[in-house]
Amino acid sequence: MFENIRLAFQGIWSHKMRSFLTMLGIIIGIAAIIAIVATITGTNEEIKNKLVGSGNNTVNVKLSQGGYDYTIYSGDEIPWGIPAVTQETKDKILELDEVESVTTYSSRYLYDGVYYGTASVSSLMIMGVDTSYFSTCSYRMKSGRGFDQEDYDLYRKVLIIDDVAAKGLFKKENPLGKTVEISGTPFTVIGVVKKQSDFEPEISSIEDYYTYASDSNGLLFIPKASWPIVYSYDEPENVVIRARSTDDMTQAGQKTAKILNATITNSETNIKYRAEDLLGQAQQLQDLSNATNMQLVWIAGISLLVGGIGVMNIMLVSVTERISEIGLKKAIGARKGTILAQFLTEAAVLTSLGGLLGVAAGAGAAQVIHKVSGVAVGVSVPAAVIAVVFSTVIGVVFGFLPSVQAANLDPIEALRRE
Amino acid sequence: MILKLDHIYKDYIQGKMVVPVLKDVSLHVEEGEYVAIMGPSGSGKSTLMNIVGCLDRPTSGTYELAGQNVLNQDDKAMAHIRLHNLGFVFQNFQLLPRQSALENVCLPLVYAGVKKKERVARASEALTRVGLEERMYFKPTQLSGGQKQRVAIARAMVNRPKILLADEPTGALDSKSSTQLMELFEQLNREGVTIIMITHAPEIAAYAKRVVDIFDGEISERKGDSDEG
Repeated sequence: MFENIRLAFQGIWSHKMRSFLTMLGIIIGIAAIIAIVATITGTNEEIKNKLVGSGNNTVNVKLSQGGYDYTIYSGDEIPWGIPAVTQETKDKILELDEVESVTTYSSRYLYDGVYYGTASVSSLMIMGVDTSYFSTCSYRMKSGRGFDQEDYDLYRKVLIIDDVAAKGLFKKENPLGKTVEISGTPFTVIGVVKKQSDFEPEISSIEDYYTYASDSNGLLFIPKASWPIVYSYDEPENVVIRARSTDDMTQAGQKTAKILNATITNSETNIKYRAEDLLGQAQQLQDLSNATNMQLVWIAGISLLVGGIGVMNIMLVSVTERISEIGLKKAIGARKGTILAQFLTEAAVLTSLGGLLGVAAGAGAAQVIHKVSGVAVGVSVPAAVIAVVFSTVIGVVFGFLPSVQAANLDPIEALRRE
Repeated sequence: MILKLDHIYKDYIQGKMVVPVLKDVSLHVEEGEYVAIMGPSGSGKSTLMNIVGCLDRPTSGTYELAGQNVLNQDDKAMAHIRLHNLGFVFQNFQLLPRQSALENVCLPLVYAGVKKKERVARASEALTRVGLEERMYFKPTQLSGGQKQRVAIARAMVNRPKILLADEPTGALDSKSSTQLMELFEQLNREGVTIIMITHAPEIAAYAKRVVDIFDGEISERKGDSDEG
């Protein structure tokens, strides 16, 4: 076997140009497939990261009505029969295997705006949050401080704003210590927060638009304890959970929604808790991109077929050229199987080498695509391994006919030629 | 008796014609004999050689090699017989051009499944026996005709077969190389190797202890100039 491989390399080396041209079909086919698969992998990673948030794993479980997020506006009455999330319910959610942490918040959409001096910003989201909100949702303090236990115990009218709201309200002023009027109640700004990972949602539906557009003018956070000062007690709450892993996100969200829906006492309401299935959305987008790209893989596969036929052709030529060598080998005692193995090995080595060069060329092409068009690429190791194995198989399949021909050569006929 | 061919017929079919090439050929060879088969081209001597060499099968007749009936063997067994019982030497040497002398000689050992270390040892020994110990790593293109043929003999003998079959071994050699080659054959014969050699040159046939003429598919034993040695 090793002897055959050594002989095959010797043969390939002594016909460098011919071997290279023979391999070219395989090289191009494999390179195309590797480059396409790299683009698919890269795009999928990108979709997942952008939509799901890199390593964040948070799932919003929000109240929804008729398929859209249910938003309570600043002046609205609260809906009946949807209680605030109790500690008991929270504990139940935390008992789920998929859930790492949970936080709840009340929220309202401020279309009438908040005031700082004469400046006002409308279309903000205000949330009454608990102590674990910022850590669960991966915010980091940009300046100032977060809420402490005293803020809750003393019902302090303190406010944390996100960087978007800070920019809108204070322009270049330092927001810390400033007083902002929310629905007639003054709050003191104690901190500015920013999302840790820049979350750039892909807006692919009207639903997504509503989900993300509400954030657009910024977010205001006050301690949950101080919420009734401005609004009312026991308002319906939304929930954010952090799943243990990205793959757990869908399950965690669905199970949490189920627990929460069981707490709704109004059986007639069409307001229900619904988990945002970002992973599912990502999956759908990935499926779509996979489907289009797989067609490209098939087209590249045709090039492999052509490459394989090229290999068969050259192997047939090679058998004809080496008739006397085959005859001699048979005369001195080589069996049919030995000759068959020799030629099959030669074809397989030729195409495997082509496969390896193709993987290298494909990886290079993927990098070029990345540099030129900015599309994310990820050369996948399993794809490379499969490509090389597959090209070996091509060698064996297309080398079979010529090898059988060589093995069946009549040694007398073969020796008579010179 | 090492070779025992009886009533061998061989017909070739050309189109619709049946062409008889060998007609009732019987040839018995004892172990250690040195036989030359002489005949003009078209006489059937190559066909006879192919049958003796287990490369071809007769249309009818019987053939025993070292007491074994070879005609009822399958291709695989025939290959095994060629590998272990027969050594071939051809007019045009038939060396693999890209392999060194040593690698060429190793080839039958590869087929016999001999381990690499032993292969090299035995091939070196065989090349030394034919006087090429200093040219083991030369490629055939770097060797003279006589040297190439000696590499071929080393290859034929490396599996220590009982019989050496030579088809016009001096056909491509000058007279000096031919003489040296014939001396090598005589030496091998003295060591006990049975040699069967095809030639059309009387001066080469003269080296053999026994000469068989073949003409038009029929053989006849030449009397008188054998058995003196």
